[in-house]
Amino acid sequence: MRSGWLFRPPTRSIYHPNSVNPSETASRTHQPALAGQPESPLNMAVVRAEFPILDQQVHGHRLVYLDSAASSQRPAVVIRTIAEYYAKDHANVHRGAYELSVRATRRYEAARGKVARFLGAGRADEVVFTRSTTESINLVSMAWGRANLGPGDVVVVSEMEHHSNLVPWQMVCEMTGAEIKAIGVTDDQCLDLDHFDALLSEGNVRLVATGHVSNAVGTIHPVEEIARRAHGVGALYLIDGAQSAPQLPIDVRAIGGDVDTFSGHKACGPTGIGALWARRDLLESMPPYQGGGEMIEEVRIERSTYAPVPHKFEAGTPNIAGAIGLGAAVDFLQSFGLETIHAHEKRIARLVLERLADEFKAITLYGPAPEVARGGVVAFTLADIHPHDLATILDHEGVAIRAGHHCCQPLMRRLGVAATARASFYLYNAEDDLEALVGGLHRAQELFGI
Amino acid sequence: MLESIFREIILEHYRKPRNKNPLENPTVTVSMRNPMCGDEIDLMLVIEDEQIRAIGFTGQGCSISQASVSMMTQGVSGRSVDEALDLEKRFVALMRDEEGASEDRKLGDLRALQGVAKLPVRIKCALLGWNALDEAIKAHRKSPTGAMGEKLEFEDLTELPAGFDPTTHREDLP
Repeated sequence: MRSGWLFRPPTRSIYHPNSVNPSETASRTHQPALAGQPESPLNMAVVRAEFPILDQQVHGHRLVYLDSAASSQRPAVVIRTIAEYYAKDHANVHRGAYELSVRATRRYEAARGKVARFLGAGRADEVVFTRSTTESINLVSMAWGRANLGPGDVVVVSEMEHHSNLVPWQMVCEMTGAEIKAIGVTDDQCLDLDHFDALLSEGNVRLVATGHVSNAVGTIHPVEEIARRAHGVGALYLIDGAQSAPQLPIDVRAIGGDVDTFSGHKACGPTGIGALWARRDLLESMPPYQGGGEMIEEVRIERSTYAPVPHKFEAGTPNIAGAIGLGAAVDFLQSFGLETIHAHEKRIARLVLERLADEFKAITLYGPAPEVARGGVVAFTLADIHPHDLATILDHEGVAIRAGHHCCQPLMRRLGVAATARASFYLYNAEDDLEALVGGLHRAQELFGI
Repeated sequence: MLESIFREIILEHYRKPRNKNPLENPTVTVSMRNPMCGDEIDLMLVIEDEQIRAIGFTGQGCSISQASVSMMTQGVSGRSVDEALDLEKRFVALMRDEEGASEDRKLGDLRALQGVAKLPVRIKCALLGWNALDEAIKAHRKSPTGAMGEKLEFEDLTELPAGFDPTTHREDLP
């Protein structure tokens, strides 16, 4: 481990966190292209130097972290921002009459503004801080769903949803008597939009909820089109952006959905913090999700009135440091540019898919072809080696991947597999990580006598 | 290290599991799932006069869980219930890396799984079939005449053996 990174002077003032030095941005993203070789638009040495955790050995090998779809790593600036907040500015937020509370509140609300800009939201008060994408979806399913769903109503999800965009809807449907229907998946693991149309034409669809990018196979869904069709029948559209916000430029107004949400920890931010964006009129019309301090206006024994949005949905002392850390994380991602990160992801995903297909006769790759819109997730199985055995073997080569159902059991059933191995590449992963993966897979074949 | 886990005999049981077929008239059937990783087995036994007359399983999982359950069925088939429980105790001792367990000749081929004891996150895989056996014997003892045809379903939520949490592995302790 490098020492001293935590105490390095910040690259930008924490009190003027939006000021990004333009020359610094240039040096981070510019990399001269070699003749005939399309290079990553990211400068890997610069990016990796920001992530102290990557500078270590695991089982005697360089750590190759290929599980960012489960949780990304944090740059030093995020860790430092949280440490500095606790060291200098912490107090409870809102209504504090003293300097520290004013500072904490200012930083907390500044983070909300950063997240709003990051999502392309028109206003900061359309952003609610939550614990995670999961909590955001539960908030909408419970607050909106209980007030608006009833027998005969339909909620449409898809067969490739993460369980966190499925189970909350099952729960609210059970409570309200509404019905849940799922958009099918095509053979190349895209959403079957004809089937979606058929579900919409069956009527009574009140809300559509899908992911933006599949965590299991990497498909990028046509969210603008889904929003248009959902609105065509008067349904709301909720987007689970857990996998998209970290790697795609997001403009919630251009997409046209009604709700979007993501988790900090998959986007270089802290765990335990997430954000929910919803149109202001929708937020205002929803009853609160949890009751407590911070979310009230006036409280009497019998009843209370609630604070305006977004505070109505932030009961109790919020995760102040998490929100501020998330603000630093979105600043960090934007210092490279989400377009640039997405270009890097597309490029590396193509390299991985092509290399694995070339190198291993017995590999099965899931998800759409590289030409189709997809993110940095590559799911596969190799010969008859169980994915958990692959993960154990790769771990001993320093390569961290995930094996299992990836919280997508309905999709696994659709694919006819119990589990897959999943390598997810992020902005700090490059060709050397791909080569480590290839080496580890050869080792697995050797151990299994293939 | 990896060679001591993915040994030839383990891969042989993984690829050609013994007794991997459903029984027609089991006296007890236990379904055991590991909800964390999706491994699952249905274990069927015919127990008569405290003897395991027949044993079979179906299901799927990694090489460690499949090899372990395959070897387990070989080890307990035709044995008495008490002998089966004794073998289970010996196997758990092997997974706990207890003194002398790796030299326990009564374990036979099962000793090939001793390397798993060094991989705390995979011990659960090796114990899946044994936990099913344990539940089956418990069910049998509750209703010795047999709960014919009734399938008992379990989620294997067993904690790792004490002291085998990855953070407190014996080798790491002072």
